[in-house]
Amino acid sequence: MNVDEVLQWLGRLVVIPPAILLLVLGLSAIFRRPLNERRVGRLTAGCVMSGLACAAAVLGVMLITGERHVPVEFGHWVVIPEEHFHFHLKLIFDRLSVPFVILSFVLVGTIGAFANRYLHREPGYDRFFVCFAMFLLGMIVASVAGTIETLFLGWELVGLSSALLVAFFHDRSNPVINGLRIWSIYRIADAAFLVAAVVLHRLTGAGDFEGLMGTGAWPLGAAALTSQQALIVGLLLLFAAAGKSALLPFSGWLPRAMEGPTPSSAVFYGALSVHLGAFLLLRVSPILELSGALSATVVVLGLASALFGAMAARVQSDAKTALAFASLTQVGIITAEIGFGLRYIALVHIIGHACLRTLQLLRAPSMLHDYHRIENAIGDHLPEGSSGIPGWIPRVGQSSIYRFSFERGHLDAMLDRFIVSPFVAIFRLCDEWEQHWTDFLTGGPSREFSARTTTTETAEEP
Amino acid sequence: MSELHLPWLEAMVVLPLLGAVVIRLTRHSDAAWRRGVVFSGLTLLAAIGAWQEFNFLHVPEAHSRFDVLSRVFQSDVLFIDELSAPLLPLTALLYLLVILATMRTKIRHFSISRALCSEAIVLATFLCHSAWGVIGCLIAGTIPLWFELRRRGQPTRIFVIHMGVFSILLVAGQSLVQSTDPGSVMSVVGICLLTIAALTRSGIVPAHCWISDLFERASFGMSLLFVTPLVGAFAVMRLVLPIAPTWILEVIAIASLITAVYAAGMALVQRDTRRFFCYLFLSHASLVLIGIELTTPIGMTGALCTWIAVGLSLTGLGLTLRSVEARTGRLPLDRFHGLYDHVPALAALFLLTGLASIGFPGTLGFVGAELLVEGTVRASPAISTVVVITGALNGLAIMRVYFRIFTGTRHVTSIDISSRSRERLAVTILALLIIGGGLFPQPGVESRYHAAVQLAELRQQRGLGIQQAPNKNGLENAANVTTHGPRRIDAPRRHSARPEHKS
Repeated sequence: MNVDEVLQWLGRLVVIPPAILLLVLGLSAIFRRPLNERRVGRLTAGCVMSGLACAAAVLGVMLITGERHVPVEFGHWVVIPEEHFHFHLKLIFDRLSVPFVILSFVLVGTIGAFANRYLHREPGYDRFFVCFAMFLLGMIVASVAGTIETLFLGWELVGLSSALLVAFFHDRSNPVINGLRIWSIYRIADAAFLVAAVVLHRLTGAGDFEGLMGTGAWPLGAAALTSQQALIVGLLLLFAAAGKSALLPFSGWLPRAMEGPTPSSAVFYGALSVHLGAFLLLRVSPILELSGALSATVVVLGLASALFGAMAARVQSDAKTALAFASLTQVGIITAEIGFGLRYIALVHIIGHACLRTLQLLRAPSMLHDYHRIENAIGDHLPEGSSGIPGWIPRVGQSSIYRFSFERGHLDAMLDRFIVSPFVAIFRLCDEWEQHWTDFLTGGPSREFSARTTTTETAEEP
Repeated sequence: MSELHLPWLEAMVVLPLLGAVVIRLTRHSDAAWRRGVVFSGLTLLAAIGAWQEFNFLHVPEAHSRFDVLSRVFQSDVLFIDELSAPLLPLTALLYLLVILATMRTKIRHFSISRALCSEAIVLATFLCHSAWGVIGCLIAGTIPLWFELRRRGQPTRIFVIHMGVFSILLVAGQSLVQSTDPGSVMSVVGICLLTIAALTRSGIVPAHCWISDLFERASFGMSLLFVTPLVGAFAVMRLVLPIAPTWILEVIAIASLITAVYAAGMALVQRDTRRFFCYLFLSHASLVLIGIELTTPIGMTGALCTWIAVGLSLTGLGLTLRSVEARTGRLPLDRFHGLYDHVPALAALFLLTGLASIGFPGTLGFVGAELLVEGTVRASPAISTVVVITGALNGLAIMRVYFRIFTGTRHVTSIDISSRSRERLAVTILALLIIGGGLFPQPGVESRYHAAVQLAELRQQRGLGIQQAPNKNGLENAANVTTHGPRRIDAPRRHSARPEHKS
């Protein structure tokens, strides 16, 4: 067996353990044969460790052989040769994907071990781990995707598992409504991603990143698009990335995501999921080079999100929300770095930030307890932090900034007022007209069974 | 035309009819259910047999050597082709699963004999060779539903008005098409009438209210079986597509596009699960029609793949809602019902089937949705964007209803309402098909591509507009050549459109 074959096998084995984990946990949930907690813990640890070992082995072989770009072919999933339509399943191990996949395994493994104890005897224990396995598979597939369709597959799995985990405590309405809100943002972002994928497919004849980026290994590839094409595709992908990474104007969902259990908040919104948009921009970074306008848009969006995150994080009243906005600040800076073309710095920034934020979020539940202990020890309250608003701003301005930050830029309110409410009102009106029409045709009431009560789609902030 | 060696086609029509008679004579409801399962199962076996033998023959179409009626009418009555071959087992499976998943307490409200009658008519519709045969079956297919509404004591005016108009337009349109010269004004008028009839049956806006009314008044099972085989789309493909000039197809595509978005928006604001399902179905059915009207092989392949995916996934979704309704009664969507702990398997199936219908990766619908978007991008990026937005809205509607039904404060009940073995079996079969088809989509896509090519070539032979496949790098669309000169639908097909390399 030569080195190439070894790499091919190791590459496949990186993806297979998460798939097995999802399959086993999913089937046991569907057929109502839940595994006990110890088995779930061992299975999760085993799958994560074996995947991590294979990823580390791929890294080792790449370092030894000096190989910088290892494609792993699964062949055509769907092909219509007469129409030149290929749906290609392919993984890529390069300087971007290998660190990201190792980071994913390490953090997800840590969170898995933490959650196994944190959710001990919790009624939704099995449900959590099914979503956890779906998230792991989605992250790994997205990290090592070699085609835009494969990346979309992982992207969608991450989105679904995130929404379901935000709604984990589903006996209360707020987590569920927040989960639905996040799913809504993700669907809009996914729509942009899908259009970008299809446009890319049309422009390059395939969804393969190699075809898109030229033959050079990341980050040296040169995109085979014109400036105009790069701008269109890039803006669609930036839109998708903004939705996934909670950049402006989609930042409103990030604090809502903290409704989920702490382990999922940590791994999804502090560490991995929130960086997936930045990862997408890094993966398609050769496109950014082709269009100055696109790069400038990325920088502006990143810096605006960072500024907004910094302002909001300083005035939030609970630890997890403050950490969520602190994450947004860093993700905004990472996005700006990508826009400036600092790809390695952005990658290192992602890794460092993800590890730090995971630690902080896992620590958050016990932080209050520690604060109380310290206050008891010193016999006084701990000093309060300042909001960080400069003193030279007039008091009215300070209040406005404070209110704006505390209300999270009124983003959700604006979304509700200008998009959700008109949309619902228009279709409710159509529904009423239909009812009049069917009443007329029937010659009497046509909806005896349908409920006529009003319903509120948006909840107050948690 | 090639011949099938066994009388599969006749069996598909006769078995359910025989079953309907036997069940009509059965007094005990459990025995009726068991016989219903047996007869619909045998029909499914016959449909699978026909499909497999047809695949084995490697011909564009085949008829049965035992076709007695052909001797009477001096022409083939029943036949199977690339388009109908997989639709037959799909339809038979849908009927089997609906009958199988019927709870014992609900057998009195769901007439199995009527369902089997309806199955025979739908299968006969797919098998009919002549246009008049298809029209006769389409009209006959409305009768069991009318009886259903009458038996339940529900007003039938909306159903009768729409189906009456549908039937009259079909007969008038086909009469005009058949009696006038192809390409004449009256022939085009005839095609327009056929188009309006097919769109009415498909529930295209504004002729869609009968479907929501049907779900409101008929049993969920019968409503489901009346709409999910997508007989309206089949009418478009058999009666309109082969003879319609391109501008009519463009009108259908625009109407379908409007319906897809409108129905997706309406599904999001519904306060009743049945109405939600109705609009969700309408949106998906319209997406299928959009793909068909593109007349590009890739777009039609996407539409035909989506057809199969929508049939299976929305039947699964409907079965889940029906099972939940069987426990709690009609479900308003203005509150959370908290049913997850009682029926977790149904909750999982709801998500699986719902996500499959919107083309979630790894499910049966994914490749169909991808091909459909690819086909629409080649035709027009604007249409593609609308199709993608429709998918996003449908995804929101599905998740909203999932949360409304299965989450919230735990539903309190004094009786066991967990899912029963017959429901779990139906659920498992559907889940396996949805995931299996999603993981191994190539055979299905190949088969649907051949059907799309056959349809496209049929239009080409008749000198009608067809958009060619793009050139090598996939960047350009070939010219859309449009001429007028429709020929009769039952004119003999001259050569095989099926590529030789079929695996």
